[in-house]
Amino acid sequence: MKLGFLVDLHLCMGCKGCEVACKVENEVPLSSWRLRVKYLDRGVFPDTSRSFTPLRCNHCENAPCERICPVSALHYLDNGIVNIDNERCIGCAGCMMACPYGAIYMDPETNTADKCTYCAHRVEGGLLPACVVACPVEANIFGDIEDDTSHISQYIMAHKGNVQVRKPEKHTNPKHYYVGGGTSSLDPLAHERIEGYGLFNNITHLKTNGDPHHGIIDRFLAPFKSHEKDNKSFMQSDKTEKGGH
Amino acid sequence: MQETINATQSLVTLDVALPGIIWGGIITINMWAKSIGTGVIIVGAYLLFRHKKEQMPNYRWLIPLIAFIALNVFLLFTLIDLHQPYRMINIFLHPHFTSAITVGAWIASLFTLLVSVMLIIGLASGFPDVLRHNGVAKKLRGSESLYDKLSPIVLFLAFPVTLYTAIIMAESSARELWQAPTELTQMFLAALIAGAATLLLFSAKWSDAVKKDITLVLIFAVTFSFLIYMGEYFFSFKSSEAEATLAYIHLGGTYSIQFWVAMILGYILPFFLGILSIKENTKSVAKVAAVSALIGLYLAKDVWLKIPQLLPLS
Repeated sequence: MKLGFLVDLHLCMGCKGCEVACKVENEVPLSSWRLRVKYLDRGVFPDTSRSFTPLRCNHCENAPCERICPVSALHYLDNGIVNIDNERCIGCAGCMMACPYGAIYMDPETNTADKCTYCAHRVEGGLLPACVVACPVEANIFGDIEDDTSHISQYIMAHKGNVQVRKPEKHTNPKHYYVGGGTSSLDPLAHERIEGYGLFNNITHLKTNGDPHHGIIDRFLAPFKSHEKDNKSFMQSDKTEKGGH
Repeated sequence: MQETINATQSLVTLDVALPGIIWGGIITINMWAKSIGTGVIIVGAYLLFRHKKEQMPNYRWLIPLIAFIALNVFLLFTLIDLHQPYRMINIFLHPHFTSAITVGAWIASLFTLLVSVMLIIGLASGFPDVLRHNGVAKKLRGSESLYDKLSPIVLFLAFPVTLYTAIIMAESSARELWQAPTELTQMFLAALIAGAATLLLFSAKWSDAVKKDITLVLIFAVTFSFLIYMGEYFFSFKSSEAEATLAYIHLGGTYSIQFWVAMILGYILPFFLGILSIKENTKSVAKVAAVSALIGLYLAKDVWLKIPQLLPLS
């Protein structure tokens, strides 16, 4: 069994239901995302179009993150999922350097690397990943790509010639496919990303990776201190910045 | 082609914040200190091959002392860069040997251990009046043969310890600039630059012939390293991702000034100052060249480390 994922970009309407479902299911902290939907505007007014691209871990068959991880925190499951054991992770960020898809983040609460696991805990119990369940238009298709009769295999066959993966030149053999994606959707060098406030939000970079209130000394003191896991530190910081309490 | 006509113009209008620079200044210091630690061993061995011991009176404790300090800085900065520093032990308890980080940590630890042993023996022999009647010190002073046996092993290990960072970079599939075949050579040349420059600063008691040789190593290393940088920057075939990365050091790019200051301080200036110091036999000029090379090397490493991380991956 090799589990794979397919997103039909013709169907995706950018509702971000999958993004929210993922956040809730996996308790993904503020400033981190396992799955996100990127909006892309093409052309010049009035001849414009908008596309939506959900981005998550590609669960590569030849995963660079697994290869570079010094302690096997990133590992393959028998069903093809690239899983992560954040109890073992040392937080070296090697995986973040290796993943060509930018799918791994440093969890600001645990100070360890984390990423989409195709909801391995749900899959183990016979459930579908949270993002698949939440999608109102069934743009997310999940299943066994080694089983010719599975929905995902049938879908790939029906759309052959129009099924793409991100960055095939990296030879990572991703198990995450797109139907209806163009170069500008899937290749980050084929679109512009202008920093600052755009049409909808502030396109920017994170100032820190990991806990923003957890400096080098704090990392050494962490085992001797209790650590709150409720995003309170972020909320307090936000209030302080605005000058209120 | 995509962005040149209106119909294919494509712009991100909604997205989350992307990670900025993940491996920053701490990793730059890590690489820079490691270059010094391994460089003094490699350049020192070359000098021992070319000259008599008598021309380098404090060689046997000076080289391990510099290497020991630099390697401990390197290990300290490796540790403090980890988000979970206490779990460093997992590299030894749960090693994953496809990772250059693991292999490097193992070799570097062994290397530092052996350098420490050489330092203790070297200091005991170099300062016989200190703890003259102490039994342990006497035993260490009599361990000269152990020092000589460890020397070739330490020299052999200095090469993989120098080069493994280039393999970590090669494993970083998301940063194509680091995956250039020249990275391995640049890492070796960085060790020669750092080793020669550091030895120029601390070799006051060594003969003029030795100092001239160190200066020649510095001139050789900065010349080839500079040529490789220029080749990569201007002439080589590059992937589209590497080409986009180098835009950050083009005129007006975020790291353009730092890159060219690094090239001048680290490579161009030491080249001319090195030649001048040999021609005029002026040691102070050689020391200026050494300081300039060490500063420039740090700045160049810093730019090369950071710019690929600025490129959005999705």
